[in-house]
Amino acid sequence: MQKIYTKIDSISGNVISVKAENVRNGDLAVVTSKHGESLANVIKLNGENVTLQVFAGGRGVSTGDKVRFLGYPMRISYTEDLMGRVFNGSGIPRDNGPTLDENMIEIGGPSVNPAKRIIPRNMIRTGIPMIDVFNTLVESQKLPIFSVSGEPYNEVLARIAMQAEVDLIILGGMGLKYDDYLFFKDTLEASGAMSRTIFFVHTASDPTVECLLVPDISLAVAEKFALDGKKVLVLLTDMTNFADAMKEIAITMEQVPSNRGYPGDLYSSLASRYEKAVDFEGAGSVTILAVTTMPGDDVTHPVPDNTGYITEGQYYLKNSRIEPFGSLSRLKQQVNKDTRDDHRALMDGMIKLYASFKESVEKKSMGFQMSEWDDKLLKYGDLFESKLMDLSVNIPLEEALDLGWDILSDCFDPKETGMRSELVLTYWPKDN
Amino acid sequence: MATNTGLVTGVNGNMVTVVFDGDILLNEVGYILIGEERLKSEVIRISGNSASMQVFEMTNGVKVGDSVEFTGELLSVELGPGLLTQIYDGLQNPLPELAAQCGFFLQRGVYLQAIPDAQWEFTPVVKKGDTVSPGETLGTVPEGIFTHKIMVPFGFSDGAWKVVSIVKKGSYNVRSEVAVLEDEKGKKESVSMVFTWPIKRPITRYKERLKPTEPMITQVRIIDTFLPVAKGGTYCIPGPFGAGKTVLQQMTSRNADVDIVIVAACGERAGEVVETLKEFPELIDPKTGKTLMERTTIICNTSSMPVAAREASVYTAVTIGEYYRQMGLDVLLLADSTSRWAQAMREMSGRLEEIPGEEAFPAYLESTIASFYERAGIVRLKDGSTGSVTIGGTVSPAGGNFEEPVTQATLKVVGAFHGLSRERSDARKYPAIHPLDSWTKYSSVINQDKVSYARSILFRGNEVSQMMKVVGEEGTSLDDYTTYLKSDLLDSVYLQQNSFDPVDFAAPIERQQIVFDLLFEVLASELNLEDKKEARSYINEMRQAFIDWNNTPQDSERFGQYKDEISSALKSRFISYDKKAMKILQSNQVV
Repeated sequence: MQKIYTKIDSISGNVISVKAENVRNGDLAVVTSKHGESLANVIKLNGENVTLQVFAGGRGVSTGDKVRFLGYPMRISYTEDLMGRVFNGSGIPRDNGPTLDENMIEIGGPSVNPAKRIIPRNMIRTGIPMIDVFNTLVESQKLPIFSVSGEPYNEVLARIAMQAEVDLIILGGMGLKYDDYLFFKDTLEASGAMSRTIFFVHTASDPTVECLLVPDISLAVAEKFALDGKKVLVLLTDMTNFADAMKEIAITMEQVPSNRGYPGDLYSSLASRYEKAVDFEGAGSVTILAVTTMPGDDVTHPVPDNTGYITEGQYYLKNSRIEPFGSLSRLKQQVNKDTRDDHRALMDGMIKLYASFKESVEKKSMGFQMSEWDDKLLKYGDLFESKLMDLSVNIPLEEALDLGWDILSDCFDPKETGMRSELVLTYWPKDN
Repeated sequence: MATNTGLVTGVNGNMVTVVFDGDILLNEVGYILIGEERLKSEVIRISGNSASMQVFEMTNGVKVGDSVEFTGELLSVELGPGLLTQIYDGLQNPLPELAAQCGFFLQRGVYLQAIPDAQWEFTPVVKKGDTVSPGETLGTVPEGIFTHKIMVPFGFSDGAWKVVSIVKKGSYNVRSEVAVLEDEKGKKESVSMVFTWPIKRPITRYKERLKPTEPMITQVRIIDTFLPVAKGGTYCIPGPFGAGKTVLQQMTSRNADVDIVIVAACGERAGEVVETLKEFPELIDPKTGKTLMERTTIICNTSSMPVAAREASVYTAVTIGEYYRQMGLDVLLLADSTSRWAQAMREMSGRLEEIPGEEAFPAYLESTIASFYERAGIVRLKDGSTGSVTIGGTVSPAGGNFEEPVTQATLKVVGAFHGLSRERSDARKYPAIHPLDSWTKYSSVINQDKVSYARSILFRGNEVSQMMKVVGEEGTSLDDYTTYLKSDLLDSVYLQQNSFDPVDFAAPIERQQIVFDLLFEVLASELNLEDKKEARSYINEMRQAFIDWNNTPQDSERFGQYKDEISSALKSRFISYDKKAMKILQSNQVV
């Protein structure tokens, strides 16, 4: 298996091909060039032609460079020593610490048997009312933040990571700006959470192929820790860069593109990563919170669109607020029945009224006469936005619910809210 | 049948090319051998002595020169008693058994027996010397709440088969011989309770196909009243993500008035299937008093499971559906989502380097979708009874745009279209079926004229609301404004339904009848209202009363009281019926 091949037939972008025998699909190889060594993995076999993608990129690779097949697929060490460390997409340390090579595990393993999954049951409290009240985050959920470039998505991600009660945080950075990488590092260090954090970071200046490995490597490690009983939160930012890296490789490989240049298997590839979120019966769990930037604020762009079909909801980040419309946590129904009996009704009722408020705002901007009802809605909308939607608000769920009733009673008669009569009886503030 | 062998010559994703000797079939199943593992694959193209195979597993570790074993058989499922309550993957592997054997993860290359080895209480219905034909009943076994018919295997040649021997009433293993049949040429065949059938061939062992007319009640008001589906019909639910496709499918799978439900979770989230998996064994079906699981089979090939098996999963599901239809049962197949299946076709087509059609979907997309939905239908069987397969498929259009190829191909062949709208789901109006854009070709249980009248109020209300955006509330007449409020009332108390409320989540058809009749009177009445403010507050009160009514169990005392309260509230403002409505009411009284 240690035979060295010294003739590279073709080099196209990050993809090279050599003639070799006895090579298995998915195996790793080492490409040695003038500029040093790089790992590569087999992505296609055709007769004796073996196609590989080179992690460090094809630039500077010569036709006479050496290719040595290792006979095993991509692996990463799984030990407690990973904690507090920073690696790149191929699992090589980027923090000057020692290389880890004990207890190697394969990445991109098989999916969990659906029959072994359990219904999610634990709420993750974040202190953000727009999440806790309206779109509750649940352990083992997979949820992306849809955002336009420029929104403070990494700040939100970091804040949730800090406040969420988990044992381990794994940050998978893809195409991360160096500043953002430092921001995460500093924030986590400042809060003392660095010792329970593992970074797998691909920055914008690193080779594209490494970007492709980040989710797999992060999730393989997360899965192992979860099997060992840890509650793991995986943060992936930004999945649009991951999809773009896939596009780049697919086009180099001359695959037929399906939609805006993305390969036909975009959905399946994203799904196999996101579906790693799981709650293991009798062990730990993996929760995935990702960022998907929407090019041009277009949610119908293939990446956010496919993501939306895979994940269990999404948070829209717009004007530094989590938008109530479009934002959705599909698993909230599993947990919000056990919080307080008014939780669901209040959640739906307040959003319906907020929708009417939006209509009134539109009417007002067009210069129509405001009815008494419109005035009530306008008052309500302002209170809702300032007291609940603002991201700086940091209160527990129960307090947020009480605040909701206060806002309603400040603006409306009980009948106008569409709330069930028995709830009004219990929760409507009495002093009004 | 003689089996062939071959050697792997190339690997590209989940497509493997193989050279072979001898003859092989298109769609034949083969196994790629890597060490101890056997990877199931299907031949999808043959050229010269080279075949392209789609592998139903991940292809990591496959190398050029690995050997391949062909089976000589098409991709098939096992049919027999024991299919109900099962949870299968797309290739009919029982997932719980797999979990017991392999633990948390789906280990590749492990294939288990689909129908459990069990004893069944067999009662023969034919005797030695009788003649039977394929699809006719030899005997029965009780399977939960159903009488499961043991039939002459569908694959037997047409014509008369003589019963040479048949076992006596008693308990037999599912795979042991229960009868021996002889055809006209004297060829004898042994029959057990289990046989196989290739999934891509429809089962047509019935006398004739009938026109679907009898409604299939789903207990979702907007569907049963406004957009009904017939038993043996087809319908599709396209909608952007987050619009509630899956919740709607889950509600239907629980409440639909059919004998058997087959849930095909095709390329969707595993979490959603889990809800069904865990809840069905505990939910009691009020009709039978048994758990819902006893009437359900789940085919589950979720998004992270191998892509090629996704395509197979919808066929596996429909084949099992057709099998139960042969017993005279009504079957509902819910496929969620057909877009994932179409995408699986697209991936494979790309690997085969076929010339792509629109959005890179293969050119045969439309005909494939059409032939799948055509497997639905209500049929008269050879013994005169009828059975049906109804297919409801969700579609996940890219970007929520219904112009895309999969939605359009589906709309051409289905009988009802329940289009979900982002606008409605954003406003938390569930189920988010768009009442004006959606259509159906089947007819409702509720009086058609009344339904059309209610629909016209919705149209008119929508017009007024558009107009109000331009001229404002002050520029709208009180009449128009009241129409707008009425349409809003109809929407919020009837079209919307709270799937999480213990009462409201299922509205039996009798209840729909009562509520709709009263609501119709409200819509049809000209009311004595001073001004817009009074109109708004009056309709708000109505709305409140209807919502409370919807949340009240039908057998409780309050139910009747709410009805009376609403009636008297209506009387207090009633002037007269609208002319058109008057005609409808009169013609109904005559009948």
